[in-house]
This record gives sequence, structure tokens and C-alpha cells, in this order.
Amino acid sequence: MPELNVNDHVYELRVEVGTTLAEALRDELSLTGTKIACGEGHCGACTVLVDGAPTLSCITLVHTVGKAKVTTIEGLRDHPMIAAFVRSDALQCGFCTPGQIVSAVALVDATPAPSTDEIRHAMAGNLCRCGAYPKIEEAIRTWRD
Amino acid sequence: MARLIRTEKEVEGRYEEVWLVVEEDVLQQWPAGARTIVGQPAVRMDGFERARGEAVYTADLKLPGMLHTAVLRCPFAHARVARIDLGPALAMPGVHAAVGPGDSPVLQEECGYQGTAVAAVCADTYAQARAAVAAIDVDWEQLDVLLDPDEAIARKQLVGEPRERSRGDLEAGLAEADVVVEGEYRTQVVLHNSMETHQSVVQWVGDTLEVYISTQYIWGVREELAEALGLPGDKVRVICHYMGGGFGSKNGADDYTYIAIELATRTHRPVRCALTRREENLVTGNRNATIQRLTIGARADGTLTALGGEYVNATGWDGWSSPVEGPMQQLYSCPNVKTTTYAAKINQPPMKAFRAPGFVEGTFGLESLIDVLAAKLGIDPLELRRKNYAGQDPSDDRPYSGKNLLECYRRAEPHWERRHDVRARSTDTVKRGVGMASQIWYGGGGPPSYAWIRVGSDGRATVVTAMQDIGTGTKTAMAQIAAEELGIPLEHVTVSIGDSARGPFASISAGSSTTPSMGPAVRAAAADAKRQILEIAAQRNNLEERVLDIKGGNVVSADGNLDEPLEQVVGLLESAQILGKGARGPNPTGMHVLTFGVQVAEVAVDVETGEVWVDRIAAVHDVGRVINPLGAESQIEGGIIQGIGHTLSEHRLNDPRSGRILTTSLDAYKLPTIADVPEIVSELIDAPDEQLTNLGSKGLGEPPIIPTAAAIANAIRDATGAEVHELPISREEMLRALREAKERDPAGAPAGV
Repeated sequence: MPELNVNDHVYELRVEVGTTLAEALRDELSLTGTKIACGEGHCGACTVLVDGAPTLSCITLVHTVGKAKVTTIEGLRDHPMIAAFVRSDALQCGFCTPGQIVSAVALVDATPAPSTDEIRHAMAGNLCRCGAYPKIEEAIRTWRD
Repeated sequence: MARLIRTEKEVEGRYEEVWLVVEEDVLQQWPAGARTIVGQPAVRMDGFERARGEAVYTADLKLPGMLHTAVLRCPFAHARVARIDLGPALAMPGVHAAVGPGDSPVLQEECGYQGTAVAAVCADTYAQARAAVAAIDVDWEQLDVLLDPDEAIARKQLVGEPRERSRGDLEAGLAEADVVVEGEYRTQVVLHNSMETHQSVVQWVGDTLEVYISTQYIWGVREELAEALGLPGDKVRVICHYMGGGFGSKNGADDYTYIAIELATRTHRPVRCALTRREENLVTGNRNATIQRLTIGARADGTLTALGGEYVNATGWDGWSSPVEGPMQQLYSCPNVKTTTYAAKINQPPMKAFRAPGFVEGTFGLESLIDVLAAKLGIDPLELRRKNYAGQDPSDDRPYSGKNLLECYRRAEPHWERRHDVRARSTDTVKRGVGMASQIWYGGGGPPSYAWIRVGSDGRATVVTAMQDIGTGTKTAMAQIAAEELGIPLEHVTVSIGDSARGPFASISAGSSTTPSMGPAVRAAAADAKRQILEIAAQRNNLEERVLDIKGGNVVSADGNLDEPLEQVVGLLESAQILGKGARGPNPTGMHVLTFGVQVAEVAVDVETGEVWVDRIAAVHDVGRVINPLGAESQIEGGIIQGIGHTLSEHRLNDPRSGRILTTSLDAYKLPTIADVPEIVSELIDAPDEQLTNLGSKGLGEPPIIPTAAAIANAIRDATGAEVHELPISREEMLRALREAKERDPAGAPAGV
């Protein structure tokens, strides 16, 4: 049975081989901030950090994560990016938002002051059907304000 | 005082006459302009819980003992179940129950479209349920498919009767015209793709059915299920605290809810039925394809003399005929108009309302052809639109409750003027241009809608109503209205929504109606509470109520002698509370309550590859008083971005022979991404509609998506001379239009074609 390090807490999991990281987080650990919107790696709603890298948890098998550190939206609750999203109105229905924020945090961890092109490149894998994109761009541009 | 009236009720362009008990709307509107809280930008009050992933959506709900459902859906566009055996499914691990045709009205043997629900299984896990569905032994008898909407009409295979709307004499109007232009326009099937798929979790608690559902209409689901199950309304409790988007597709209970109910009834367990993305893109509705054969006649000075339209809605196996002819009937003053709208019944999944159904499609056709006319007449497109401005509703001569379209046009002028500079930046292979289109739509809301409010001895207020916030920020707007009326800080207001057992009837969140329906009720409830607070303050201070007011959280007297925090005034209540109630008053009789606007698009077209870029869209809309400018801007941006997807990339494709759907995943179906977003400039007229309720506010959810496609198509025409006739404007369509333009005018077409 794998151990899983999520938000600096180590869990022992009892899940079948074939279980995705997203399913393990949501169904086993009740960390439902990570959303599943397509379940096949196309929309970005399930994005989490694995050793700091944005990762699609719905197409990552939990048994492949090993000892890597997983960070979910629950582990970022006090990150200034969250306040930036709220301040800029960078969410409407909010279902894609945790994934957007995780991707945005990965971006600014690597590039604290990203250009518009860098933001658009890094965020292009996170779909938002409400179309909050202009405000998402603004939130990432102003996250340290 | 309550009174009984006979009134028209409108949702998304469909009117019905209904009896309504309405309460007088005695409050005067606030003067025009931003106020202390209403009209000021407010961040959404549930922003942090949504952003942090703390908000529990239906998708996140896990009830004790909950079972998971998978549905067997017909894999063919038209088929019959010849034989079905659920036995093998019932023998699979973890399975608790299986249901098939005959067990629920939504499970069918006759399948008119791919995705028709046939059987369902519930199990301990979703994986087990899915494996069990795969084990169902079923023989299909494939039937002939009918996919061509024109052929369906020829065969009289229709959804409902054709809709004819006529005024004046179309033929006479065409005879009178100096110029006649004709065009055939086609729009594609577009999928809603809410990020949270359609789903329900249901359980019986005693004799009450609890339904957790991602819905745009808590009360509609309650009434629908109560009727279907023969239960009193109060024995159906519908709950939706947060939902991940709807765009018109989540107004009813739908097959998954009925399946979950049947399985919960059989297993005595809570049951979830959640659609996958691929099911979502088959069976949860769509903006149906249209064919529009249009004719416009005008005099040399630009005065319209005739508008004619033959419209075909490729409705699908079921649904309703969206008002695709609405813009032609209502946008311009023209004495001779005739439209016929058919709804073709074909072997494709049923349509559902999608953000301004019909008007998005109809505006693309009409406003594209208006620009063709403008070019032929040599009249500036903006001037042509002004010339045919309708001062009253041209379809029935009723006055508008308020219309500021001319002001929208005036404010669009600086954006329109940019076309000279934009065109000048064209190169040999990349042509640039500017186009515009007008917007007309409903959005007045209506009664009934109710709100309660309670004010505690701490001076804080909670608005209670059983509405839903589908992501538009309605909850925040309601808090602003309550805080404004009560004279207390916004942070002192909480809004409790999302549960039919815990609040009065509330409006559907569709048809741009939530704020105009709910807002006046919330204001009335707050005014009722405020009146009671001032009565208490008057008695405590031996003053007359009329000299008292609440401002900035303090009870103040006109002479300034009393200036006491609200919590001190009501503090003596201890656990007692002030309760206020409010109802939405009627809409103004004999008037049309509509929204208006204009958008100006700037595009670049690579004439060698057919690639189209949208560089900038300026939007000016008139929706009456604006409650929250920040949320309003988000609505405009979101609508335009969906409109850009509709115009350039989104296309639900099917196999033309079998009718099977090819684009059910999000890699095949191209939603706009952040990289596709142009510069968006949004402006609102922000003038209260003086005839409409105690607020003068209309809805903004739908208007911004309406003119986007036509504005882009007209900008392409301005840039290249090419007339696009089909959405989406793929590279193929763009290159076809460029070739056609070159054939039409070899000298005028851009190089490189």
C-alpha cells in the first residue's frame, strides 16, 4: 500500500492499482478542493503540484507518485494568489478555480513577475468556461500587491 | 397588499399568460448613479470559499452509504433495444441494483439519438457501476437515421408547429425597395460544457426526498419532481449551495436525477448519478444548429422596407424551437416583416437553452446581412443602424420600459472610429478591419420571487431566499442591495441561499432574470426590516420615525442629535430578531422590458492561411441600473469569450452517415483558452429603467454573447471584403469566403488569395 505525502502530511492509502491521484485525493482523503471536470487530462481542473510541478492528477496514477510531495489547493489556502483571485474577480462559478490557482502558483514560484505571454503560456491548459480569463491574467499580474 | 393579476411572463423569449399574486412594489427607485454600496465594485462574497476549494459542490458531496451510478446509453443515433438482460450486471461485484426500460420514464427502448438512457446500475464505487453497465447483455436494432434538417422539414418531421410571424406585406416591401440583399447563413451545434457536469445525489429521509443537484432552478426541480412523483412540494427538498456553471443547460431534473431517485428508492441508500464529460457532451443539451435564409429590402437612403426570414432550427430529437427570428422581428423599425421558423426533428441529441438561445444565432445572420446592405448602399454601417432605430417595439408597437440603444451607439463611436487606423495597419497578407453588431434581448425578470431578511441584536442582517448562484455573483448583488437599503456595511450582510426547505420561492437563474427578479424582492425585505428598526428607534428616543434613517450602520436623526450604532439600538433585543419580507412586484403592463447594446470588433485575417485573430472587442450594453460593476464586467468578458469560441473554434461534429457524435471530449471540442482572449473594453450605460421595479435593473448574463459573432464577421468583411456565412469561421470557411470575394471582384480582393 502506498504512502502519499500531501500538503506535508503522510497518509497511508489502501487503494487499488489503477486509482488516479485525483480519485485518491478526493475519495480517500476527502480533499475535494481538487476538482475533476473532464477526467481525461484535457481541462486542468484537477491540477496539483507534484514536487512543485503542475500535474494533472486525473491522469496520474497514485501508485506512480512515490515519495514526491503533493501540494493541493488545501495546502495553498494562505497563498497570496488566492486573495489575488478574489480581489480581481478571477472566478465565476469557481469550479475550475482551484486548478487555476495551483497552476498560477507554480508559475510565480518559477517566475515571480511573469509577462502576459508567460501567463498565457503557463495557463493555457486550464479551461474556464465562464471566461474569467482576463481577470485571471490580472490576478496573476498583481498577485503580490 | 397582495393582489391578483393576469400578466405576461417571459423566460428567454417565451411568453405565457399567467395569474399571479403580486404584492405592491411601493418603494421609489433610488436616484440614478452609484450609491454607497449599490453601484460600487464588490468582490464576490463567496470568493474565498470557492477559490480555496472549500465550497462543497454537488460533485464533492459524499453522503454516508452513498452508491454510485453508471448509465447505459444508446451508442447509435437511432436504434431500438431488441433484447436486454440486466442479470449479468446484477451479478457483478459491488452492484446493488439495476434498472432498465420500463423501470423509469427516462429509460427507453426507442432511442432517437445517441446517448438516450436505456439502463442504469448502482454500486459501491463508480468503477464497479461502470463495469456492471458494460456487462449488461443488450442487442440493438439499428434504425434509419435522419440528420438533414431540410429533409426533416420536407418530410414534416417537426418538433412542434412552424412559427409564422408577419406584419405588413413582405412582397410589397420588397417591391418598394431600391436594393435587395439575400444571404444564407448557417450556425453550428455548440455545447455548454459547464465545468461541473450534470449530476445529482438523492436520498430519502423519512417521507421526504432530498435532491442535491447542480441546478439553475431549485424551485423548478422541486415542482417538476413533486409532480412526477405525486409528492407534495414540501416533501421534495432541493439543495444547491454552489454549482459549477450551467449556461442554460441545468434548468430541469433530467434523466440522471430520475435514475438516481429510482435507484435510491430500490436500495434505500443515497445514490449519486453524475455524468462523465463525454456523457455531458452527448445528452445535456446544446445550442442547436440553424439555417437562415434571409432577405432585406431598403430604399436608397437606407430605410428598411422589408425583412424576410426562413429559419430552420435543427432542434434534435426533442426540445423547443428557439426564437432565432427574434432579432429580425424586433431589432429594427421596418413595416414589412415575415419570418417562418421550423424546428426539425432529427436523430441528434435534444437542444436546450444556451445563453440567449436563438438570438445569438439570429443576430449573426441578420447583422451580417445588414452590413452587406450597408456596403451595397454605400452607407456607414453605424448610420444604417441608427437610421432604422425602433422607438417602440416594431413587432407589436408596444413601448419599451426603457431603451438606451442610441446612447450605446454614441458611446461606440470612438471604438468605431478606430477602423481607419486599424485598416491602415494591414499588410499584403494580414488584413485588418473593424465590424459592429447590435444586441437586443429580454432580461427583465418578473414575479414571483421572494426574500426574507433577519436582523439580529448585533445589527447584522441575513438575507434568506431559496435561489441559486450559478457563478454570476447574484449572491453578492443581493447582499449589496440589502446593505444599501438597510444602511449598513456590506460586511454586515450574509446571504443564505440554495435550499428549498430554507427560504421562499426564488427565480430561475436563466434568461438574465435572477438580479431583476430577486433584487427588488430583497430590497423590499430590507425596507420592511428597516421600517421596523426605525419604529423601535423612534420609541426608544421619543422621536418620530420619519426623522430617522440608518446610515453607515448608525441610526441617525435628521437634526443630527441622534447618531447611534445600529447594534446599540437593536441590542436590547437580545435573542429577539427583526424579520422582514419582500416580494417582487409586477412588470410594467403593456410594455416590453428588453436589454440593448452594441459591440465593435477588431480582427486580423491571414489571407494566405485563413487564420482569424480577434484583437479587440469593445462592448457597450444597456441593462438598466448596475448593482456591481466588477461582477458586471466579468459577465461581459465571459459572454464575449464564449461568443469568440462560438464564432471561431467550437463545433460539435458528427459523422454525416451514422450521425454519431465525434466531439465529446475537451481535446476534440475546442473551448477558448486564456491565449485566445482579445483586449476587451466593456461599458455599461448604467441608467435605471424608470418603469421597472424598485431597482430599475435588468439582467446581464446573456446580452454580451449576442452580438459577438456578427461583429467579428463584419470586421472580417471590413478587412477582406469576404463574406463569411457559416459558424464557426474555420480556416476552410474563411478561405472559401476569400475565394468567393475574389470571384465576385477580382480587382478588389486582397493579394494572396
